[in-house]
Amino acid sequence: MSDLIRMNASDLVEAMNAGQVSSVEITQAHLDRIAAVDGDVHAFLHVNSKGALDAAAAVDAQRADGQSLSALAGVPLGLKDILASKGLPTTCGSKMLEGWIPPYDATVVTKLRDAGIPILGKTNMDEFAMGSSTEHSAYGPTHNPWDLERIPGGSGGGSSACLAAFEAPLAIGSDTGGSIRQPAAVTGTVGVKPTYGGVSRYGVVALASSLDQVGPCARNVLDTALLHSVIAGHDPRDSTSINKPVPDVVGAARRGDVKGMKIGVVRELSGEGFQAGVQTRFDETVTLLEGLGAEVIEVSCPNFPHALAAYYLILPSECSSNLAKFDGIRFGLRVGDDGSKSVEQVMSETRAAGFGPEVIRRIMLGTYALSAGYYDAYYGQAQKIRTLIAQDFDKAFAQVDVLISPTAPTTAFKIGEKMADPVSMYLNDVATIPVNLAGLPGMSLPIGLATEDNLPVGLQIMAPAMADDRLYNVGAAIERELLSKWGGPIWAQAPELAGA
Amino acid sequence: MAEALMKYDEAIANFDPVLGLEVHVELGTNTKMFCGCSTVFGAEPNTQVCPVCLGLPGALPALNRIGVESAIRIGLALNCEIATWCRFARKNYFYPDMPKNFQTSQYDEPIAFEGYLDVDIDTDEGPKTFRVPIERAHMEEDTGKNLHMGGATGRIHGADYSLVDYNRAGIPLIEIVTKPVEGTGKYAPEVAKAYVSALREILRGLGVSDVKMEQGSLRCDVNLSLRETPESKLGTRSETKNVNSLRSVERAVRYEVMRHAARLTAGERIVQETRHWHEDTGISTSGRSKEDAEDYRYFPEPDLMPIAPSREWVEELRANLPENPAVRRTRLTAAWNISDLEMQNLMNAGVLELVEAAVSAGMNPDAARKWYTGELARVANERGVEVEELGVTHVELSRIEALISEGALNDKLARQVLDGLIAGEGDVDSIVAGRGLAVVSDDGPLIEAIDAALAADPAVVETIKSGKLAAAGSVVGAVMKATRGQADAARVRELLFERLGVSE
Repeated sequence: MSDLIRMNASDLVEAMNAGQVSSVEITQAHLDRIAAVDGDVHAFLHVNSKGALDAAAAVDAQRADGQSLSALAGVPLGLKDILASKGLPTTCGSKMLEGWIPPYDATVVTKLRDAGIPILGKTNMDEFAMGSSTEHSAYGPTHNPWDLERIPGGSGGGSSACLAAFEAPLAIGSDTGGSIRQPAAVTGTVGVKPTYGGVSRYGVVALASSLDQVGPCARNVLDTALLHSVIAGHDPRDSTSINKPVPDVVGAARRGDVKGMKIGVVRELSGEGFQAGVQTRFDETVTLLEGLGAEVIEVSCPNFPHALAAYYLILPSECSSNLAKFDGIRFGLRVGDDGSKSVEQVMSETRAAGFGPEVIRRIMLGTYALSAGYYDAYYGQAQKIRTLIAQDFDKAFAQVDVLISPTAPTTAFKIGEKMADPVSMYLNDVATIPVNLAGLPGMSLPIGLATEDNLPVGLQIMAPAMADDRLYNVGAAIERELLSKWGGPIWAQAPELAGA
Repeated sequence: MAEALMKYDEAIANFDPVLGLEVHVELGTNTKMFCGCSTVFGAEPNTQVCPVCLGLPGALPALNRIGVESAIRIGLALNCEIATWCRFARKNYFYPDMPKNFQTSQYDEPIAFEGYLDVDIDTDEGPKTFRVPIERAHMEEDTGKNLHMGGATGRIHGADYSLVDYNRAGIPLIEIVTKPVEGTGKYAPEVAKAYVSALREILRGLGVSDVKMEQGSLRCDVNLSLRETPESKLGTRSETKNVNSLRSVERAVRYEVMRHAARLTAGERIVQETRHWHEDTGISTSGRSKEDAEDYRYFPEPDLMPIAPSREWVEELRANLPENPAVRRTRLTAAWNISDLEMQNLMNAGVLELVEAAVSAGMNPDAARKWYTGELARVANERGVEVEELGVTHVELSRIEALISEGALNDKLARQVLDGLIAGEGDVDSIVAGRGLAVVSDDGPLIEAIDAALAADPAVVETIKSGKLAAAGSVVGAVMKATRGQADAARVRELLFERLGVSE
């Protein structure tokens, strides 16, 4: 089987079950691919060759032994470097955690290991998940496999790029304002931000606790659903985890039937700022859904235009507190401890040296927003906006089953293009942020290439809390139609990487 | 640097003191507030830690339900309202003993608020009850401990380096804050002490904390301000920390009254500051100024869900609260027919519970009191332990009492039995047998001993016969000595007078 790296995860499992291939062979094929192309792509910060092969061998033994295995046992995966993984470096893309080996596993990592999923390595990301391009990684940017001069999205650009470069069939991301969905959109892959509380955050290094959510990434809807069902579920270690059954996302991904569904197009997430090619593909998808028997109507979410501003107060406020623990005292980087300085000086020098400019910018913003005398005007007001946005969603979902919009306003931009202008970088997440503010689930899946640049365009689907299955149902319906229209997956249209 | 002080009486004649007390109580839960680590005191440094209480990247808190329950019970015992909905908040500041560089605490939504505690003090006009208004009781987590090494004083100044022990980090704390306590007049020190004492008694009764001030499981900050008259607006306050004994509470209040009065009289202003109490020298020294107060940037803790105790739960906890200690004292004082002073002695010896348990098991109250406040308290005091740690139960004391009333033991022998019990030599009867402690009840050997004593001191015979009965003491003493204490002294006396033909 020569094309192991281009196979779907579900097909790989079938092939393993049929005895045609082993997990060790699959894992080795992906490690070889990483060795061949990651010098150009830089999706990985750390490659876990031995650990992955050991895990693969263990699964092969279990399969040979006839043991009952998880739906993805033996399929390897790229893990975003924001999840604590015992024995594996966890840097969050920051110099602050260079060399830190966590003594414990995040709950999601435990679930992956228990499911027999070999971890290929830790994927690159914007430092502490702050960014939309992976350019803010302290270890250098990740390159978009569709065009190496372009960004793969962010913060989870390593997870999206490793899928698009066939370095892994599955990946884990985390999404605070779009860090799974926007990278999926610009790399032609699928990514889901589950309902807040649907997947444990225990062991996920916090950016903004009330917004962060871990989610599955793959190259198609069913693989994403299979991974979703592995990582989701209640965790007593995470107090914000929801103690309810996981929605039947796999069943929904296999169904893919939108006949009779009501689908809302969010009026505020189109028009100015949205690239023409993006809008065109989006409009075609609306027509496609109507052709499949869905009723598509326009709905208004009048408070969405305030979402970005509210987000950039809530996120920095929470992150200014969450990142306070990085002080050089207990773990990670320590700078200036020459015996002559006070503990305050060492903490201060460590933080100045260990954090990159975007992290420092957000800590400063958040510290200011929470300060006495400013709290009500900034953090307090932002929380009110957050409530209004949740109410916009409630009203919309009273009329429709799901909402749709373009995932990102543009296709992948050039590396370096927006680094000097933080606000234009922030605007990338204008369509993905509302879902995080309201704690709802959202998916991005590829809907074609923009005519002007031949780069992938993503569709965002949004659903009510704990109705994650609707994302997969609608996504699968669209995906099936597009595959037949294109005569194959979207990545067949991607250029070959030189290293391959 | 010693500061100028005004004599206390003079200070009180010129100013009206206003008190405030902040008490931190470490709960006696088995595990920490937000993780499963042990809370046992005195373990090797950094052996009771995990990713959560070390604040490792990615770790999240999970709330200890027993901690919340204890907080509610404390609130109820202090006559507080219990919040129907409240949250934790983050108090942000950088300090090496705080793993996350924020403390998970409560801010504007405490779990309990608007209560009071009645305390009794002695005044010139007799005993008086004073109501201390309580503003709030809220939940938070303790910090670790910094240890400054290499210096002479153990303080940060002069130390070569510092170590941090995070065993204490995350232990549940309840902070109980009074409102400004007005109207105490000159009794401010006594009210402060009585409040902390009464609070300790309530907490002990609830079984929520071991309330050991010397181990830091109950810590007290004393706030004090002076104003010219009770009608004037509140003056600037100082906040004295590290006041960690009942005696120090009283002394710290008195000291601050005298210090404030001297400053104000000299036309100086009071600086709003944190001060440190020094138990050894009995003074406070200036710490951190609060004029440029630290901004803690409080905001609701996003990693924990709001707490909404159901009214059913609260009422169930209320119904199962132990009897209020003051009410109980009054009840027992009457039931045992003892004086307030005798009750106070039981309290001071820390044996009220033990005596009550003994009496409810059928022991005579006077006998129980005699043993617990007498011999047992003395031995415990000698050894620096609590009476209950001696391990002598009321079952054993009852047996000793029974042997005494049968005449098989006298007081002196009984004390020896007690020594045996404390030394772990077995039960009462086996100690009596093993040590050979039974009273000599056969008159024969006693008469022999009396005759021997009289022979040794012939003059005493005439003295006693002449009516000076007190002289009999020396004969009885000699007989007791000869029998190694195993004689019944009363019987010896009887036999002596019989022998000399004297009647008492």
